[in-house]
Amino acid sequence: MKILVPVKRVIDYNVKPRVKADGSGVDLANVKMSMNPFDEIAVEEAIRLKEKGKASEIVAVSIGPAKAQETLRTALAMGADRAILVQTPDEVGAEVEPLAVAKILKAIADEEQPGLIILGKQSISDDSNQTGQMLAALMGRPQGTFANTVEVEGDHVIVKREVDGGLQTVKLALPAIVTTDLRLNEPRYASLPNIMKAKQKPLATKTPADYGVDITPRLTTLKVSEPPVRQAGIKVADVAELVEKVKALGIA
Amino acid sequence: MKTLVLVEHDNAKLSDATLPVVTAAGKLGEVHLLVAGHNCGAVAEAAAKIAGVAKVLVADDAAYAHGLAENVAPLVAQLMGDYDAFLAPATTSGKNIAPRVAAQLDVMQISEILSVEGPKTFTRPIYAGNAIATVESSDPKLVITVRGTAFEKAAAEGGSAPIEAVTGPGDAGTSSFVGSEIAKSERPELTSAKVIVSGGRALKDAETFAAVITPLADKLGAAIGASRAAVDAGYVPNDYQVGQTGKIVAPEVYFAIGISGAIQHLAGMKDSKVIIAINKDEDAPIFQVADIGLVADLYQAVPELTAAL
Ligand SMILES: Cc1cc2nc3c(=O)[nH]c(=O)nc-3n(C[C@H](O)[C@H](O)[C@H](O)COP(=O)(O)OP(=O)(O)OC[C@H]3O[C@@H](n4cnc5c(N)ncnc54)[C@H](O)[C@@H]3O)c2cc1C
Ligand SMILES: Cc1cc2nc3c(=O)[nH]c(=O)nc-3n(C[C@H](O)[C@H](O)[C@H](O)COP(=O)(O)OP(=O)(O)OC[C@H]3O[C@@H](n4cnc5c(N)ncnc54)[C@H](O)[C@@H]3O)c2cc1C
Repeated sequence: MKILVPVKRVIDYNVKPRVKADGSGVDLANVKMSMNPFDEIAVEEAIRLKEKGKASEIVAVSIGPAKAQETLRTALAMGADRAILVQTPDEVGAEVEPLAVAKILKAIADEEQPGLIILGKQSISDDSNQTGQMLAALMGRPQGTFANTVEVEGDHVIVKREVDGGLQTVKLALPAIVTTDLRLNEPRYASLPNIMKAKQKPLATKTPADYGVDITPRLTTLKVSEPPVRQAGIKVADVAELVEKVKALGIA
Repeated sequence: MKTLVLVEHDNAKLSDATLPVVTAAGKLGEVHLLVAGHNCGAVAEAAAKIAGVAKVLVADDAAYAHGLAENVAPLVAQLMGDYDAFLAPATTSGKNIAPRVAAQLDVMQISEILSVEGPKTFTRPIYAGNAIATVESSDPKLVITVRGTAFEKAAAEGGSAPIEAVTGPGDAGTSSFVGSEIAKSERPELTSAKVIVSGGRALKDAETFAAVITPLADKLGAAIGASRAAVDAGYVPNDYQVGQTGKIVAPEVYFAIGISGAIQHLAGMKDSKVIIAINKDEDAPIFQVADIGLVADLYQAVPELTAAL
């Protein structure tokens, strides 16, 4: 079974994003970029399934600017076998919307015929939480979103999902789509030798047009603004003063 | 404009998460509700009483019993022939179903809206709420998830909408429900609680968390939350996590105890009315957003506070 893992290049999670003064977006110039943390978890899960003998090949895919190659090399260094970059124009803010990403991924899945596609549940940049579900709909296949554990058994995958009240377990016929939640696994770091080896692994470069997908956005961002900032309040000296304040709030 | 709102429920009870979505939908036009479930008549009755609702559609079928997206999305997509907008709460179930509906309708979903600025214009948080984007859709139909804390709850009583049975394609045959582990708790739900007491990595282990945080929460009739670090370390179940990738909350009062205040955590609670922080590190970032801060060892301060209230 082949596993397809879409990975996205996003602002590093340690960086505090700043809104541009002209309100056109978030300033990404000279900001550290990394693989979306949920996608690292997706790559890790694919590697573990391969190590368990449940998968034969892992293909990483990214849709983005030329620099998304770095993200794909990271996936290859972790243990993916080959990569596909679907290159989009470089200008900042010209990112591709989840619906178009899902359409490109569907076209790639039609070619590659993976048994499982593992995505992140959301990217930490746009926080959309859509791509996996959209891909599943376009393919007419089942989805195990917010996965906490994934077990492949024969022609099915059992996914335990993190839901609002606790956990829910579903059984999905393969091929299926899985999106990762935080506690699915702890991703490995790529070792130096593996980073070197990754440079030799195959990376194909394509364009959205190769897959016949129109990436014209459906949403227009009119403006991006700072949220209202919270001011720091007061510090109380001791518990007695805190008790007074809490009582004054009328909750105790 | 005619809008269809997905009702959140467990076949027996309508969830409060539905109410702010009704308010958001009301800003766009006429509001119809969809109850998709099995033996869910009581939910439909409750839905019909929500103020401002013009009609309730009920799809009662075993295929919809567990809200499986593979089965519910085609039902919604079919009904959307008669509607201009579909809205769902930004809960795990709404987030599971809505994008699937959007893709079926070939429209781009607008996730977690904070406000309705016009018939096709909305604000939504990006980058963990560090920026607010105003977006306009060019799609013929809208698919939206709604952040519950951003809209007032519609009144649960006062309406008397007609109830109409509908049928959909039923079981898609690709997925099945195996089981669930849903904790039953007497506590208020995190996303609707007036007061939340949250603990972080500083709480050491599950026993300590329960010994320190629970009594204070009990005293205040509060819900219990946690940072990701506390959840990852197994102090509390995963559904207690507050933050960018957990639950978004906005209670009257939020206690952050032994929580440093990472941006991912702040993203989930910074709209709380009053934030109270207890942390032994006076430079912890949580104090930059806290209304009331106490620099102290939580193992002394929290039991003292609990005893004094
Ligand atoms: C400040 C700002 C300005 C914007 N301006 C514009 C604009 O002017 N025009 C415009 O069209 N859009 C714009 N956008 C929209 C935006 O870039 C995309 O819609 C968004 O980044 C994609 O959503 P997501 O990654 O959050 O999807 P999610 O659904 O949250 O992603 C989930 C998962 O899908 C996979 N995935 C997603 N994207 C990719 C990818 N590219 N390659 C591989 N895998 C992927 C990953 O596994 C990821 O974990 C803007 C966004 C921001 C934040
Ligand atoms: C992709 C991604 C998503 C994430 N999503 C979330 C999310 O949704 N929610 C979330 O919370 N985090 C999230 N995180 C994690 C986040 O970055 C932080 O790691 C986490 O919030 C830290 O938890 P904490 O504050 O409990 O722990 P720490 O940062 O370790 O803070 C512990 C605090 O306790 C204080 N302390 C220690 N001992 C005592 C004592 N005896 N008395 C008083 N104070 C004491 C310390 O001074 C410190 O400030 C995410 C991270 C990533 C990468």
